[in-house]
Parts: sequence; C-alpha cells; structure tokens
Amino acid sequence: MSVGLLIDTTRCIGCGACSAACKEQNNLPRPIEPKTTAYTWTTVQKAAGVNVRHLCMHCDVPTCVSVCPVGALSKRPDGPVVYDGKRCIGCRYCIMACPFNVPKYQWDKAIPVVGKCILCADRVKEGLPTACASVCPTGATFFGNRDDLVREAQSRVEGRPDRYVNHVYGLTEAGGTSVFFLAGVPFESMGMKTDIPQQPLPMLTWQILSKIPDFVLLAGVFLYGVHWITHRREEVASLVPEEGIHADEPPSPGLFHLIGVWLADKRRKQ
Amino acid sequence: MNRTVAPSGRLWRVGFWEGVFGVLVLTFGLVTILRFTQGLGAVTNLNDEFPWGLWIGLDVLCGVGLAAGAFTLTAVVHLFNLRRWEPIVRPTVLTGFLGYVLVIVGLMFDLGQPWRIWHAMVFWNPHSVMFEVAWCVMLYTTVLALEFSPIVFEKLRMEGPRRLIRAFTTPLVIAGVLLSTLHQSSLGTVYLIVPSKLHPLWYTSLLPFLFYLSAIGAGLGMVVLESYLSWRAFRHRLAMDLLEPLGRAMAVVLALYGLLRFQVLRKNGALAALAHPGYEEWMFLLEYGAGVVLPIVLVAIPRVRRSERGLVTASLFAVLGFVMYRLNVSVTGMERAAGAQYVPSWMELAVSVGLVAFGFAAFAVAVHYLPIFHHEKEAAGAEAEEVLVSAESR
Repeated sequence: MSVGLLIDTTRCIGCGACSAACKEQNNLPRPIEPKTTAYTWTTVQKAAGVNVRHLCMHCDVPTCVSVCPVGALSKRPDGPVVYDGKRCIGCRYCIMACPFNVPKYQWDKAIPVVGKCILCADRVKEGLPTACASVCPTGATFFGNRDDLVREAQSRVEGRPDRYVNHVYGLTEAGGTSVFFLAGVPFESMGMKTDIPQQPLPMLTWQILSKIPDFVLLAGVFLYGVHWITHRREEVASLVPEEGIHADEPPSPGLFHLIGVWLADKRRKQ
Repeated sequence: MNRTVAPSGRLWRVGFWEGVFGVLVLTFGLVTILRFTQGLGAVTNLNDEFPWGLWIGLDVLCGVGLAAGAFTLTAVVHLFNLRRWEPIVRPTVLTGFLGYVLVIVGLMFDLGQPWRIWHAMVFWNPHSVMFEVAWCVMLYTTVLALEFSPIVFEKLRMEGPRRLIRAFTTPLVIAGVLLSTLHQSSLGTVYLIVPSKLHPLWYTSLLPFLFYLSAIGAGLGMVVLESYLSWRAFRHRLAMDLLEPLGRAMAVVLALYGLLRFQVLRKNGALAALAHPGYEEWMFLLEYGAGVVLPIVLVAIPRVRRSERGLVTASLFAVLGFVMYRLNVSVTGMERAAGAQYVPSWMELAVSVGLVAFGFAAFAVAVHYLPIFHHEKEAAGAEAEEVLVSAESR
C-alpha cells in the first residue's frame, strides 16, 4: 500500500500549523522561514491570493533518486522519498535535477547535508498520518491511501467545476507523484511549475546510460581492430626491407607477444 | 630572456610572475581554510536556486574537456599508428593528467563532503550519470597516471617497470579512449535530466554527443596552445609541420559540431528567437560566432593556418568557445529557470584561478625535471644533427 497527501488549496487558511508540526516532528531548528530551506521542509506561501503549501511531491519515479551517485535518496514502497545523510557526498545533483526544486542544502554548515520533506516516513510506517496532515484544522492537507486520494481529488474536481480548475496537480507531473494539489485558480498563477514533462525524467538519462556496456564492448573491439590493422600493415612492410620505412626500428613488444615469450620460456624449462 | 629557465638549472627566480604566484598561493590557502571551516555558503555565491556554479562549470566541465587532447593524440599515435605525432604525445598526456588532477582538486572544493568521495565505489547507483562520471574520473585518472609513468621511470632509470608499462601500452590507450569517450559525453548527459530548466538554445537530446565532439575540437586546440606556450617559455622548437594538420583536424571537428548544433536549433525552433536576441541569445551568438565560426574561417585560410600566429589565434578562439559552451550550459542556460542571476564570488574565482596557476606551475616543473619534450635518443640525435647542419650552413 502506498500513501500520499491531498492538498486542497481552496480549503487552506494559511495558519502554518503544518510547518510548525513538521519542525517538531523532524527536530528542525526554528524559526519557520518564509521559503523552504534545508531547515524548513514545508511552508505556506501566499500567491495570487491563495495559500500554497510547498513540500516534496514524492514522485513515483523520482528524479532525485535516479541522479544520486551513491543512492542516498530512495523511494520507499509505501510512498515516501527518503534521504540518508550518512551516504551523501554533497554533489548536489538532486538539487540541480529536481523538477520541483525541492531538495535544499545546508550552505552554512562545514559538514552539510540535504534537507527535504520525507513524508514522515517513520510515522507512516507505523500507520500514522504525516505530522502536517494530523494538525491541519481544515482538512486542506489530507493524508490517505494514494489510490483513494486520486479518486477523491478527481471527484472533487468533477463535482465542483465552479470551485476547482480542471486539473489534479501531481497526477501526471513528472510521471505522477504521491502529493496532489487542487486549486481554484490556474496552478501557474500560484507559482507552481507547469512546464514539467508528463513522463518520468530518469528515462532521459537511462536511455543513454543503459547503452554503456554495449558501447564499451563494440568500441573496444573496434579500436583493437584498428590497432591490429595499422600495425600489421607496418609489420608486413618491414618484411620487405627496401620498402619498409621503419625497418630499422624494432616493433614494440605487445602484451600478447610478451605472454607468448613467457609461456614458451616456461615450456622449455619443463 | 628573463622568462626562460636559467641554464644553471635553477627554476625559480623571484620576479613579477613569481610574486603574483605567491599572492595567489596565499589567497588560495586562506579561501581553502574558510571553505572547510565555514561551509560553501561563506565562500561561494551558490544557493538553493543555483546549486552548481563556477567550480562545476569551469574547473570540472572545462578541465575534463581540455584534457581531451590526450586521448585523441594517444589514439592517433598508438592505435592509428601515425608515428609522426609521437613527439607531442608526452606533453599532451602530461596536460591531460594535470587537467584531471586539477578536476579532482576542484571537486574536493565543490563537494559538500569530499572526504566521502569513496562512497561512489561502495554505494552503487548505475542509474545515476554522476555515478558514471565518478567512475570515469577515477579510472581515467589512473589510466593517465599509468600512461605518464614511463616518463618518470625513464628519468629514474627504472627499466623493469618501464618495459612492463610499455607492454600494456595498447590496452591502456584503448581503455583511455573508451573512458574518455564515456566521460566527455556523460558530462553532457548530466544535463539531459533538466529539460524544463536548461534554455532551449542549449538543451537537446544530443548533448552527450555535442559535448564529446566539442571536447575533441578543444582538445586539439589545446595541443596547439600548449605547444606554443611551452615554446615561448622553454624555447622548444614549435613543430608547425605537426601542429598545422592538427589545426585542420580541429576545424573539421568544429565544423561537424557546428553543423549539428545548427541543425538541432533549426529543428527545435530556438533559431527563430535569434531574430530578437536577449541575454541568452547574445551569449549564444558570442559562443557560436567567436568559438566555432571564427576558428573554422581562420583555419580555412591557408596563409593564416600556416603562420604561427594565425594557427595559435584560431586554437585560442576554439578553446575559448569551448569554455563558453560549457559555462553557457552550466550557468547562462540555467539562470532563467532558476529565476536568479549567478555571478561567482571572488573567492570562487580565486580557487579556480589558483588551480589553473598550479597547473601551469606543475607543467613547468615537470618539463624541467622530466624528459617531456626530447625523450627519444633518435629524436635528440636528429635535433643535434639539425643544429650542426644549420651551424655549418651559417
């Protein structure tokens, strides 16, 4: 079973209880900053008159998980995209690559790590809702089974076209996420990214990376072939002394030649 | 004559450039201390909107690219068996090796926790381009060190190890070409993951191939440049008969790259935007005009490419164009999506400039103490003969 959040911006009153609960749950230092940082994993920001929560989208096929060279980020089967600060080397590719600009860095620390919402992975594992959802006074942030959330979101949009724009943000963005947004105004006007590809982004690099083994094999054979042809030509030329241009220069002993000499030597000793 | 190495063998004499170098070393040291005690935020202009800056764009992307001459020339000489270019293989491999060492040092500054660099060997994620990059850096630096080692063994008169490495020359060169191809292209692949962030003038699915091609072009340009610089500094013979064909090869590679770039822009519609150039468009026009078109035109004119100054100028523009390409991809093209302008701090600049200065210094020291330029007895003999002939004819 995979869980997620449904965030209905038309119900949010901007009280900020979610941010405060998040700080407490994850032992993050105060104060609550206006924008998300490595120390403030979720905020409520007002844009176009709407209170918009900012937090990790917990993608189904997360870009950050695919780009991390040491596997410090991972997608848990129950939904959360979690981060292991003990593995992280600090390359910040996740910050660069995230289509939603979620991961943030501890720029002020000598030994820094990344900070991002982890969907209260420990609470979720025990069957509890996330801290933010458990304190939300209006139900604007609603925790539940991902499939139920999708159904609920779609029925709200279809049932009240006067209240909602006809889009469930997160359903197809970056190939689908575990956090969904509903809004009464266009998402772009609320400052949310709308130019994100509708397919999982990791495919963009995997289609290149997956070809490496074949490439190494083919190119290796090709290069050795080139070497063999060009040097064989020279060897043949050197057998015809008057035409050989490098006749005076002994060819450098190749690896296989040395192995051959060594084997022959060994056989002789036996 | 002050700039040449004193015949007595003394390398350093305190003059203007040595003073500049000293100040640089001091600054570099102070910034290093700040960087590792106060964190990245204290010394760089990087932030959550702009997490990669000059150290990635210049030190890593350009450092790797400009080392591309090494794999190109070793392939030309050892695989394609064009022995003519053997005399310039050693300085080129030296440049490549120093380039990679500086990339690693640059990475040590840029990584948040560089002491964990070994994690890439233990915790694997083959889906990550950065994982491929990390392995390419490690393996190719090793290959370059091995390719360079016979020069050191020669100096130390260690015949055994020298012959052992020599027996491995072909596999080493092939491994070097493969790893370089993977590494150069993977730096382009790194940016494939940001289709909504990188400006359409630079984003294309062909990024890996374009990075590879442009690196070969710039690598050849670097061979010409470094030959020229060491000729200026150490009075080595500037072998125009070897460099001029390299210049032509550079132009061919640049033309191929330029054409491909043009086709990509024509297809994705970014070309139309050039009619009303803004910040990105001007940066692109500068990169493409001065860094691709100009060097091709210069090399295409026989009188220009056969003159030392003409060839060196063309190579310089090709290398600068390459540096601009990498900086445009890593900085200019990312600024709009980030909604932030990035200008490196003076401390970031100090580290980058310091690293380049260390590179030059290390090159000078290596050339002074190791048989880089005239290593083969035959070649030395031939040179001596030439000197005799010219002395007689005078």
